[in-house]
Amino acid sequence: MTTGAIDNLADKAAKSTPFGMVRRMRGLSDRAIAWLFIAPTVFLLLAINIFPLIWTVYLSFTNFRANQPGREVRWIGTRNYERIFGSEDIWGYLQATAHFVVWTMVIQVIIGFGLALLINRNFRGASFWTTVILIPMMLSPAVVGVFWTYIYQPQTGIFSYIIDFFANTGALDMIGSVGLAPWSIIIVDTWMWTPYIMILCLAGLRSIPDYLYEAAEIDRANALQKFWYITLPRVLPFLMLAVLFRGIENFKMFDMVVELTSGGPGSTTELASINLKREAFEKWRTGFSSAFAVILFVTVFGLGNIYVKALNRVKS
Amino acid sequence: MRSWRTALAAAGIAAFSFTSASAQDKEITLCWAAWDPANALVELSKDFTTETGIKMKFEFVPWTNFADRFLNELNSGGKLCDLLIGDSQWIGGGATYGHYVKLNDFFEQEGISMDDFLPATVRAYSTWPKGEPNYYALPAMGDALGWVYRKDWFENPDIQAAFKEKTGRDLAPPATWTELKEVAEFFQGREIDGKKVYGVSIFTERGSEGITMGATAALYSWGFKYENTPGKYDMDSAVNSPESVEALEFYKSLYECCVPPGYSDAYMVANLDAYKSGQVAMMMNWFAFWPGLAKDENVGGDKTGFFVNPKQNVEASTLGGQGISVVSYSEKKDLALQYIKWFAKPEVQKKWWSLGGYSCHNSVLNDPDFASTAPFAADFLKAMSGVQDFWQEPIYAELLQAMQKRVHDYVVADKGTAQEALDQLIADWTISFEDDGKL
Repeated sequence: MTTGAIDNLADKAAKSTPFGMVRRMRGLSDRAIAWLFIAPTVFLLLAINIFPLIWTVYLSFTNFRANQPGREVRWIGTRNYERIFGSEDIWGYLQATAHFVVWTMVIQVIIGFGLALLINRNFRGASFWTTVILIPMMLSPAVVGVFWTYIYQPQTGIFSYIIDFFANTGALDMIGSVGLAPWSIIIVDTWMWTPYIMILCLAGLRSIPDYLYEAAEIDRANALQKFWYITLPRVLPFLMLAVLFRGIENFKMFDMVVELTSGGPGSTTELASINLKREAFEKWRTGFSSAFAVILFVTVFGLGNIYVKALNRVKS
Repeated sequence: MRSWRTALAAAGIAAFSFTSASAQDKEITLCWAAWDPANALVELSKDFTTETGIKMKFEFVPWTNFADRFLNELNSGGKLCDLLIGDSQWIGGGATYGHYVKLNDFFEQEGISMDDFLPATVRAYSTWPKGEPNYYALPAMGDALGWVYRKDWFENPDIQAAFKEKTGRDLAPPATWTELKEVAEFFQGREIDGKKVYGVSIFTERGSEGITMGATAALYSWGFKYENTPGKYDMDSAVNSPESVEALEFYKSLYECCVPPGYSDAYMVANLDAYKSGQVAMMMNWFAFWPGLAKDENVGGDKTGFFVNPKQNVEASTLGGQGISVVSYSEKKDLALQYIKWFAKPEVQKKWWSLGGYSCHNSVLNDPDFASTAPFAADFLKAMSGVQDFWQEPIYAELLQAMQKRVHDYVVADKGTAQEALDQLIADWTISFEDDGKL
């Protein structure tokens, strides 16, 4: 666009600005006007993000209970943090969360990338299958949790039937067994969210220019070399972004698991966010749960930052 | 002409607004759980509306969300409920945090005497501190944990003979937990009418209160106590006594031997489903469900028998049931109090029982014909004479969650020993009471 055209546009915009507004704005610098425009957003951000965060940090050093408004709020220093770091149960919840996050990511990346490679071949009916594969992702996690309890039902569920049919295992109690329950939630999450990884990988695959493969052909590169030196590096930023989003989501996984296992059997699938909800809104240990929330926040934030740095390195 | 019409329309709108506003003023909301007795209460309350002109609105929430939903409502000072039939364990918090209106003056003014109600229910549902004459609720729905069994199976001559051959005794409703397990083991995996059946359905639910209510049914029968000295919070050697350890081990063995497959997270509804579908020979559940079960088309009538919680060392049952309270944040407390006054009347209490609600009023329970009014009526009286409740402290939810975790970890997830589970429970509860300034 030429300078003249820009001036023309600016002139038109100035003429169309209501006179009342012109009078009010007169005398304000560009910087002041800019601040005026972003002020509502900044205010909202402070009110609903920053202030609660600071307030949560403050509460984490107190004995506050939200269901006892008349109770004296005492500053108890780092006691909540000491209790959390000294609690075997909390470490158990964090281990369960790590197990869930790591395995869902590993499995979903492998299957998601594989599906993307398959769909990218543009075979007949590829669009139809893409849509079919995407369906689970569009469902509500709570609904998915509920209906998978029926699928997993040892006597009447289809999952147990299929496994028994092929492996002769008898009625398989996926949700009630300590060994199988953690895998039961991984399977459901994989079923639901692999399409997400697939779709981002597919976007990466479709962004690779054909001439790279043509050049590789000329250089007599084999399929593995093309995958290793062209496909993977080009898709990796997309894949890493997908893992970042899903990793954060799964770190705070709540609804699907609550509906599926309620954190059981015992505390086998009690993820950190489920325990956090119990502490905050069932036991009403607000101070304690604030401390736990701060620890989880710092963990996710820290890991997220490290990951983003790695992502930038891959991109560069 | 036009202005005349406008004026008429305005007057009409004003009159309509006035009548709907006053109709709304004459309406109160009662909050409770969504279950069979709630439907009976809706039916019963029609008489209240007829008598007083006050309309009733009901807010019923499924048991799985009941505590979450209404405790949040109380904690946030919500005005949704004018009347609340809250769980017995809520009474401590309701009184301490000012959620419930203290009813002593009102009872005195209206001539409502707590002596007219079964003492165990008054203590459990109405008083805080426990047993003190400070009333925050009127006993509304008596309830206890009880059992049902497949009477038709128990009376089947072939099954009876097989049982006699296996155990050397006659097949009958169990009187002790040992007998109950023996019967459950006998039925487990047996084929009846061409269908594989299982021994027993018990409470194993993790999320709310299920496994605690189930396990305490065994613990109380073994003589479990929360404290050595009531009110002192001295739990060591009471909570983890050898009898308690034995009871918890027994409950776990019952879970391991005799429940249907996939029974790791079952509470009221799951148990009802298992029993009604003919899967189990016996079921643990609340008396509140017995009227509906007695009429069930698959397993009702002569097919089902009832028995109280079996004794082991002592006769005891887990307390259920609730009192009805006036919510202190309500703007219609006077109307809500009118409902309490009406509900306390002996004739209303009689109708309440006849509709399927469990009255706690002596005029109903002491009636010579009461035991013959329903096949489970006599058992209800027996159970209510030996009920024990969970902690009713203001921090009960925290105490309950700790027990849910420790018991589920041990019974269902097979983690550690019963002794360790109860020791850890004491440690959890000690921290909670310390935080609450009780220790």
